[in-house]
Amino acid sequence: MNRFSWFNVTSLTLGFAFLYLPMLILVIYSFNESKLVTVWAGFSTRWYGELFRNEEFLDAAWITLQVAFYSSTIATVLGTMAAYALVRGGRFRGRTLFSGMVYAPLVMPEVITGLSLLLLFIGLGMATGMLTVTLAHTTFSMAYVSVVVSSRLSTFDRSLEEAALDLGASPFEAFRLVTLPIIAPAVISGWLLAFTLSLDDLVIASFTTGPGATTLPIKVFSAVRLGVSPEINALSTILIAIVTVGVVTASLATKRQAIRQAREEKMGERGVA
Amino acid sequence: MAETAAKPKPKAKPMPHEGVFEPWNDPNAKPLIEFRNVTKRYGDFTAIDDLTLNIYEKEFFALLGPSGCGKTTMMRMLAGFESITQGRILLAGRDIGDVPPNKRSVNMMFQSYALFPHLSVWENIAFGLRRETKDAARITERVEEMLRLTRLEKFARRKPHQISGGQRQRVALARSLAKAPKLLLLDEPLGALDKKLREETQFELMDIQEKTGTTFVIVTHDQEEAMTVASRVAVMDEGRLVQVATPPVIYEAPNSIYVADFIGDVSLIQGKASARPETPVPAPPVSPTEDPAAKAAPAAMPEVPVASAAPLPDGRAPAPNVMGEWLHDKVLFPILGRRPPTPKALSAPDKAPAVPEPAPAPPESGTPESPPELPGGGLAIHWADGLDPLVAVNGDPALAGRTVTLAIRPEKVTISRDKPATDNAIEGTVIDIAYLGNISTYHVEIAGGVMVKAQMTNTRRIAKRDITWDDAVWIGFSATAGVVLDA
Ligand SMILES: Nc1ncnc2c1ncn2[C@@H]1O[C@H](COP(=O)(O)OP(=O)(O)OP(=O)(O)O)[C@@H](O)[C@H]1O
Ligand SMILES: [Mg+2]
Repeated sequence: MNRFSWFNVTSLTLGFAFLYLPMLILVIYSFNESKLVTVWAGFSTRWYGELFRNEEFLDAAWITLQVAFYSSTIATVLGTMAAYALVRGGRFRGRTLFSGMVYAPLVMPEVITGLSLLLLFIGLGMATGMLTVTLAHTTFSMAYVSVVVSSRLSTFDRSLEEAALDLGASPFEAFRLVTLPIIAPAVISGWLLAFTLSLDDLVIASFTTGPGATTLPIKVFSAVRLGVSPEINALSTILIAIVTVGVVTASLATKRQAIRQAREEKMGERGVA
Repeated sequence: MAETAAKPKPKAKPMPHEGVFEPWNDPNAKPLIEFRNVTKRYGDFTAIDDLTLNIYEKEFFALLGPSGCGKTTMMRMLAGFESITQGRILLAGRDIGDVPPNKRSVNMMFQSYALFPHLSVWENIAFGLRRETKDAARITERVEEMLRLTRLEKFARRKPHQISGGQRQRVALARSLAKAPKLLLLDEPLGALDKKLREETQFELMDIQEKTGTTFVIVTHDQEEAMTVASRVAVMDEGRLVQVATPPVIYEAPNSIYVADFIGDVSLIQGKASARPETPVPAPPVSPTEDPAAKAAPAAMPEVPVASAAPLPDGRAPAPNVMGEWLHDKVLFPILGRRPPTPKALSAPDKAPAVPEPAPAPPESGTPESPPELPGGGLAIHWADGLDPLVAVNGDPALAGRTVTLAIRPEKVTISRDKPATDNAIEGTVIDIAYLGNISTYHVEIAGGVMVKAQMTNTRRIAKRDITWDDAVWIGFSATAGVVLDA
């Protein structure tokens, strides 16, 4: 079988072109000398310079990073705990309901999540701002973390924890010294996922943010409404670069880790069913 | 494996410090573990059923039983991973029902080893020690000691996935031994190892047990393993203990057909028991006076079932088949030499008049003398109409009048072409022969289609084996060889 038949090559090319051509154009135009976004006037890094002098964008970027860092970290802790309870908790009452509720934000329209959170914050009398955005992001990215972690936990050999208990470890020690190191790759990829989700969230953020806490996506969105500026192209290019590097390293690392770990775990047991 | 199971392993030496190590017979001995009417239910399924058992310090106690009988469940209750539905488990006199696993001085070697994949061999072994002490020197010392004991020094820095299966198994063992627990639970510890490594490890285990004085409870599917290592063996069935005894007792004196059948290879012959007189009697069943002629004479009479006609279930007269005839005429006749003419004449009225019958034709003069006297007592088992009852002097007279089963090990049954001079002798046909290297097991069909296995050491080359398929043969065994069990 010829794996590189013309048909395959064509469809692959078209598919990738569809996905990446817009980004490629954006990247190319970010190096455009001209202020007009659609007219090529020669290579320049001028807009990058402008971007780094633009306080507003820098502030928004800083806020976004903070929100993403805090929310993904909290979401990882909570999501891992929820996953652990769901996979290990055995049959407690209302387990199905609980697990359904943990996963609900995955399918809930963001508008609804955002709106309901806004109502909640208003009802609680909380001033919207960075804190509320962070909380909102934590809520929905926690679901993603718990999906990733619980899928890892469900294949985790329970007898490893029992062995730890048997050797005198307290349940918490067993978790910290045995379970956590082994599921660490899943936890890390959960964190990365939460981080990127928070970075690019526009809908929920715009519902729950307040004055002084404009995140980058909101900033970009509102800037674009006044016309696409080359600065935004430059900013987008930087974001693309960051995300690409992040995703590629993360997936490479977790993949290698996962393979090694799966092998180790298999070998740790004896080779029979 | 029939082969391995059939060999009664000589019991490994008793504990070195005493003549006999039998705390279970000592009314003053305090058990280390006491199961008191323990029941474990999963939903409405009863995994352990009202089980009471004492295990003593320094014992090597083996749990044996078919899959799903509750062995692992017992272990897990001891280790603290399963709750007890009813009853109590005492460890050194203390109820451990509410003690969490990490607070019990019990360590378990898991069926799956459960080595920590992210830790090196060294760290795996140190894991338990680190939980109880911060003293690095002591930990190091103990870990090194364990590594030496299990001969793992070279692999200390490796991760579990970088060592072989046998080495992993030793790491698991070292890890569970490191804390010097009062009680070590081994759940099928050697299942994955090849026979040679398994045997080596068994001896290693016994050695370790002797050195450390730890009490071992081992679960195994391999009865030979249980026989080799254990001070006592418990045979389980569906959550109950069927018999708890030393390996020789389990093997030689099983208390039920279940145990006899489960441990090793056994042939079962059913019959009606009757008490035998207490006084010694001249051995009747194979009395030398009863010559083939006398025995074969009633064969012509229709109302008495013919002894030699009985073995074949399809009702054919016991005529040798083509193979037998050929063997007899071409091979055996020249070897055996003279052949008494009587059978030929006597069997003439039968269906196969021209054919000599090899089986009921022992050369009269060549018959060795029967044992002059059989001890009295015991039971006679009437297992087939018209045939001599089987004698079991060790049979419990209380069973007289009942239907009983005589269980007999293949290695106690001899097989020969001629009627043997043993206390019990039965005619039959060879149905199958299992060649097992040093020994062969013959499956002999006797009257009523009952199969009896007989074992013979292969001293001759296989090509010269003189008993072969479909041969009419005699099997024999002594009056003490079998065990009479309530059927
Ligand atoms: N968690 C559980 N829930 C329900 N039934 C269970 C559970 N654990 C074990 N059982 C049942 O209890 C019985 C005893 O199980 P156990 O694991 O003790 O068997 P075993 O003797 O160790 O068998 P094997 O030799 O195959 O390991 C089995 O019939 C099993 O199906
Ligand atoms: Mg088991």
